[in-house]
Amino acid sequence: MKVSTQWLSEYVGIEDVTPEQLAEKITRAGIEIDEIEQRNQGVTGVVVGYVKHKEKHPDADKLNVCTVDVGSGEDLQIVCGAKNVDAGQKVPVAVVGAVLPGDFKIKNAKLRGVASQGMICSAKELGMNDKLLPKDQQEGILVLPENTEIGLPIVQVLGLDDAVLEFDLTPNRSDCLSMIGAAYETAAILGRDVKLPSIDLIEAGGTASEHVGVSIEDGELCSHYAIRYISGVKIGPSPQWMQNRLMAAGIRPTNNVVDITNYVMLECGQPLHAFDADKLGKEIGVRPAREGETLTTLDGQERKLDPSMLLITGDDRPAALAGVMGGLETEVTETTVNIALESAKFSGSSVRKTSRKLGLRSEASLRFEKEVDPSAVIAALDRAALLLSRHAGGSVAHGIAEQGGGKIQEKTIPLSLTKLNAYLGTDISMLELKAIFARLNFKCADSAQGMLDVQVPTRRGDITRDVDLIEEAARIHGYDNIPTTVIEGPTTPGSYTKSQAVRHAIRRTLTRGGFHEAITYSFTRPENTRNFTSFSAGTHAVPLAMPMSEERSVLRTSLVPLLLESAQYNLNRKNADLSLFEIGKVFHASEQKVTVQPVELTMLGLLLTGSRADGAIGSAARKVDFFDLKGAVESVLEDLGLEAEFRADSPDGFHPGRSASLYLASAPDKRIGALGQLHPQLQRDYDLDDTYAAEILLDELYAGAAPEIEYRDLPRYPSAQRDIAVVVDLAVEAGALIRVVRESAGELLEDVRVFDVYTGDRVEEGKKSVALALTYRHPERTLTDEEVAAAHQSAVSRLEQTFAAELRK
Amino acid sequence: MRERLEQLKAEALEELQGVTDAKHLDELRVKYQGKKGKLTEILRGMGGLSAEERPIIGQLANEVRDAIDAAVTAHAERFEREETERRLASETIDVTLPGRKLPRGAVHPLTRVIEEIEQIFIGMGYQIAEGPEVETDYHNFEALNLPKDHPARDMQDSFYITEELLLRTHTSPVQVRTMQRMAGEVPVKVICPGKVYRRDDDDATHSFQFHQIEGLVIGKNIRMSDLKGTLLTFIQKLFGEEAQIRMRPSFFPFTEPSAEVDVMYKKKGATEPSWLEILGCGMVHPRVLEMSGYDPEQYSGFAFGMGAERIAMLKYGIDDIRHFYNNDERFLEQFARQ
Repeated sequence: MKVSTQWLSEYVGIEDVTPEQLAEKITRAGIEIDEIEQRNQGVTGVVVGYVKHKEKHPDADKLNVCTVDVGSGEDLQIVCGAKNVDAGQKVPVAVVGAVLPGDFKIKNAKLRGVASQGMICSAKELGMNDKLLPKDQQEGILVLPENTEIGLPIVQVLGLDDAVLEFDLTPNRSDCLSMIGAAYETAAILGRDVKLPSIDLIEAGGTASEHVGVSIEDGELCSHYAIRYISGVKIGPSPQWMQNRLMAAGIRPTNNVVDITNYVMLECGQPLHAFDADKLGKEIGVRPAREGETLTTLDGQERKLDPSMLLITGDDRPAALAGVMGGLETEVTETTVNIALESAKFSGSSVRKTSRKLGLRSEASLRFEKEVDPSAVIAALDRAALLLSRHAGGSVAHGIAEQGGGKIQEKTIPLSLTKLNAYLGTDISMLELKAIFARLNFKCADSAQGMLDVQVPTRRGDITRDVDLIEEAARIHGYDNIPTTVIEGPTTPGSYTKSQAVRHAIRRTLTRGGFHEAITYSFTRPENTRNFTSFSAGTHAVPLAMPMSEERSVLRTSLVPLLLESAQYNLNRKNADLSLFEIGKVFHASEQKVTVQPVELTMLGLLLTGSRADGAIGSAARKVDFFDLKGAVESVLEDLGLEAEFRADSPDGFHPGRSASLYLASAPDKRIGALGQLHPQLQRDYDLDDTYAAEILLDELYAGAAPEIEYRDLPRYPSAQRDIAVVVDLAVEAGALIRVVRESAGELLEDVRVFDVYTGDRVEEGKKSVALALTYRHPERTLTDEEVAAAHQSAVSRLEQTFAAELRK
Repeated sequence: MRERLEQLKAEALEELQGVTDAKHLDELRVKYQGKKGKLTEILRGMGGLSAEERPIIGQLANEVRDAIDAAVTAHAERFEREETERRLASETIDVTLPGRKLPRGAVHPLTRVIEEIEQIFIGMGYQIAEGPEVETDYHNFEALNLPKDHPARDMQDSFYITEELLLRTHTSPVQVRTMQRMAGEVPVKVICPGKVYRRDDDDATHSFQFHQIEGLVIGKNIRMSDLKGTLLTFIQKLFGEEAQIRMRPSFFPFTEPSAEVDVMYKKKGATEPSWLEILGCGMVHPRVLEMSGYDPEQYSGFAFGMGAERIAMLKYGIDDIRHFYNNDERFLEQFARQ
């Protein structure tokens, strides 16, 4: 809502406050002022002049030489190129020394040999927004009303000496969609009175009911409908001051009748509509549209109607979309003489639905949607009728043709002072509280001890309970005057849950290992849900009902494709060496057509590509491989106190020979992760270099994780080391050898690890040599050679039996 | 004999003057002082001396030996020093060449901000609560006093999946779920961080996906002044002890009274600090309490919420919200500092 301070000052005294101060005060009381617009774009020294004569320029066809009286006692000679300039006009004249927007200074000049002592201006040259100018002022010089006083500064005539405050209203404050509402708010903040505009209407002639009848079909959709009948109007421009105010509010002046309805809407917040009574018909109805009906609206478009839309009809023919837009057929035109002036209260939700459905939003629908003040219906109607009689020569018939309405009750809400102070933490006295409500223009009366009955004006439909009154009191009292306190009562220990602590631990492990955390979008393209299905197999992707684009039309089912896209983004920017991880949710629906919330799994995704280097001279960068990825996964699990198992079972999306599934040793039947080198086909599809990725189901790690450190005593007795090298078939996995050693070497075995794998000249084709280091230890004494030899022999024989392994000497 | 000793001394010292290296020095030491050296040879003739002469000559011989020793030692030390210098010179490295760095990864700046905020509130006795990102219309809107045709739903244009399911538009449904879980128990003190989604065209300051951090406190006698005190403590921990806040009345359907909070902060590139909008808050609306099983006559509470992106942008001086989701390595890498 654009609030002209000049206009506002008509209802509340603000002369002693600058627009900036006022904006600050209003903002601090709850309505943000986004912008203060100075209507004067830099005009000084421009005055009203009277064109006495016009003669053709002797040497230029398109120029005229005008004699202009600007009230200075001496006529000016001004050369003017506008087509529409003529003798007898009142026009804005920039005299010598005047300045126009853009710091354009007016000097004595000679145009084609003729002296010119100034310039006759167009509206645009005065810096006025041409979108808001009446059509006849968009071209040529601005011709002012005949009665404009010669010599007056133009800024005064056009209301340019005005600052407009842009109220950014929250949805509850639709009361400030009117100047009077803004005035009440300003008055409450400044502690001043509101002066309401006059509605001293003089009625003449017959009654409205002689001309029109009104009937409402459904009181739910329209609780009050009122018509005043105004005859004998003369269509013409509205007064300059009214046009100035409309433009300040961002509305383009049209003609006196339309301007008056808009003016009163801005003033009272009640939208009005003027019908050409002679085209409308006698019987005015308010009813839902019937299937198949159409209406051509004011914007010239034919609208197909349906029964969800509320119509105004004239003799049962559609005449207007209630509260949204009028019909073209019954529009007020230059030839209109008699007017049926409508003021009504339509249901907000009905207007909202209709305006949504038709994609038609207007100043009127905006106000009806938020429920207009029921007591403004008649007040606004009378106010507009008064202005029509004053400025359009109309004669207002006696009375109002109406249905609905009835007595308007103001709500009374009881408020406890004790509760208010307990709620806010303040120490406001009853006297202060009453003063606050007086400022707000809310009547209040003492009821019980410490209790007030507060009467809420109908314009404040947002106030329904005592907490709403508490907010009103708080904001007028000033939020700055609320003290700062600490919560009383028992203190509580704060903490992370276990799953949160696990995720923190994972972030620490990975960042220490050089991985950067990524955050990708949860929405993706459908193709991205078709690969990496290890955890989504048998489920469905969740599509958005109305996606913004195909690229972001479904919820992700795996983190890997999103990380691949991040890698691609980086590669395109020459960041070829990447170690990324992400912790985030994926979404799997059990049904094709989603009806219940999908399963949300928290995943850890990893991505590695390019090389790793430590940055020093002489240490060569090394291309990352599967074991960098596996090592990262192992470190994550190790830091959580979890033991992992990797199985080569070719999970979806990965290179079948260079990928594995991940299991926890504690739950060997539940796959919790997939990792490996990206399948070469997908590598091409995503346009990447060799890339390694992993995805791990975090929800499965939480239970077994022990992020806390548990200390073990240091060994007191020495260990014994024995190495074994065995020759086995190439296909035998090192992991299998280790498993067999663990099973067979007995309790004395503390640790076993692979330290070398060899293929080549010194072993048979199709075979490999695997070297294992075994550590033996007894917790309570030093081992004897015999004990170690026995345990070792047992392991060696089992390897020989199980894998036909040959001991390498 | 005296003459021979004097002569030997002169000869030895002269020859030592011209010594060239450690090896030569050693040769000279042996030549004069070795078991078969010249001094020993002369001293062997001591037997032929008289008892009076012997101590005099003996003393002289010692002086000669000491003189030669001293010269030998001085040269030996010089050679050692020169040797060390040579070695140091040959072993000198260019210390301006790059070092061998430890791996260095970064927590995402949004996670960093969220964790920092979580830590502050954990210190103040809060739990961290989480909830689903795909929510029911009831939890996301209705239970928060936003019935189906409420005009304020316009404020949060949403991504629906079905008529009843949508991507949450704020983390407030986690508050609803927390209240339902607590089933009337107090105190409730939670922080709800997480991803939220709103239909918005992406530009430098808008993103259809962003992160919120909300807080909820319910108890007996919770006051708006407690909210103000809590937020002041929080903001001073986040932005420094000098940070000031101010509250402006505002509107949210789920709180009454409601407020926007501004912080006085010097933005990157600004010369003066200014009031910057940073979070929204208010006293929990009695309807919201009622709907989730708390009697508003007995209990009261406050709630607040802020955008992690906005805070990260202010703290780090980031000017484009899209950076957070592009995952450009050159962007992420800057947040590796511990």
